[in-house]
Amino acid sequence: MRRLRFRRISWGTVFWVALVWVLLWGDFHPGNIFAGALIGIVVQEVLPLPRVPYSGRIHPFYLFKLVVRFFVDLFVASFQLAAIALNPRRLPRGAVIGVQTRSASDLYLTLTAQITTLVPGSVVVEAIRSNGMLYVHFIDVDFQGGIEAMKQGVLATEERVMRAIASDEELEQAGITR
Amino acid sequence: MNWDTIADVVAAICLLLGSAFTLAAGIGVLRFRDLLSRIHAGAKPQVVGVILALIGLGLRLRSASVIATLILVGLFQLITAPVSASFVARAAYRTGTFDPDELGVDELTEDLARARNPDDEG
Repeated sequence: MRRLRFRRISWGTVFWVALVWVLLWGDFHPGNIFAGALIGIVVQEVLPLPRVPYSGRIHPFYLFKLVVRFFVDLFVASFQLAAIALNPRRLPRGAVIGVQTRSASDLYLTLTAQITTLVPGSVVVEAIRSNGMLYVHFIDVDFQGGIEAMKQGVLATEERVMRAIASDEELEQAGITR
Repeated sequence: MNWDTIADVVAAICLLLGSAFTLAAGIGVLRFRDLLSRIHAGAKPQVVGVILALIGLGLRLRSASVIATLILVGLFQLITAPVSASFVARAAYRTGTFDPDELGVDELTEDLARARNPDDEG
């Protein structure tokens, strides 16, 4: 059995849990902050999660670009999806498309899949960790611009994620020039 | 015309627009034919709808503790919605509760078939 006791506590996570706790109560009483921090420590001891290997570096400019582009995509695609739903003349024809992502990291694959699923019109149906394949369901490929454009869209999302938080070596390995 | 009025008007627009997105999502769930398409309608315009509703509420209520809670709600909505959508889609795919004929292109079924029978090309 794996030893789970006396793990190193991540203080970042303690801070995050304490912040959520305080926000849930809605006031910055010292007792609330203390209780939140205590819960953060207890949760990590009782329900330990595997560490996420991360060797990248955060680039604020590209992170900002990623977030802005994400919200733009979110709203544009929401209008698109509403238009598809409300168009009485045609029903969408979906497609499941396999996209070969370029990074070797679980973290970037997960973030790319999360963003792809959040943006309307695409849902990740299957993510294969060993070879980095993402299988994405698109609701109406013809309306959205064709299969090749959709593939490029997912790869562009991955590129934005990696530019924002990956290290130079990881970018080079993935074949993305900065 | 003062700032409170402007905030109220923007709040009303956000709330109405958010409701419209949620309505479109509901119509989509009714109209779309298969489960995978319905996930799109059910999970996503609803995210934007909720975010707009939260912005509207924040602008109308204008209290720091309420806004803090609203930000938290929005954040967790963004974190959890894709996870549930992907899991339902994956379960639908694996249990075969969708109609493959509804799909124009289906590269996952092709790749899975190839993984099972490596000799069988096509």
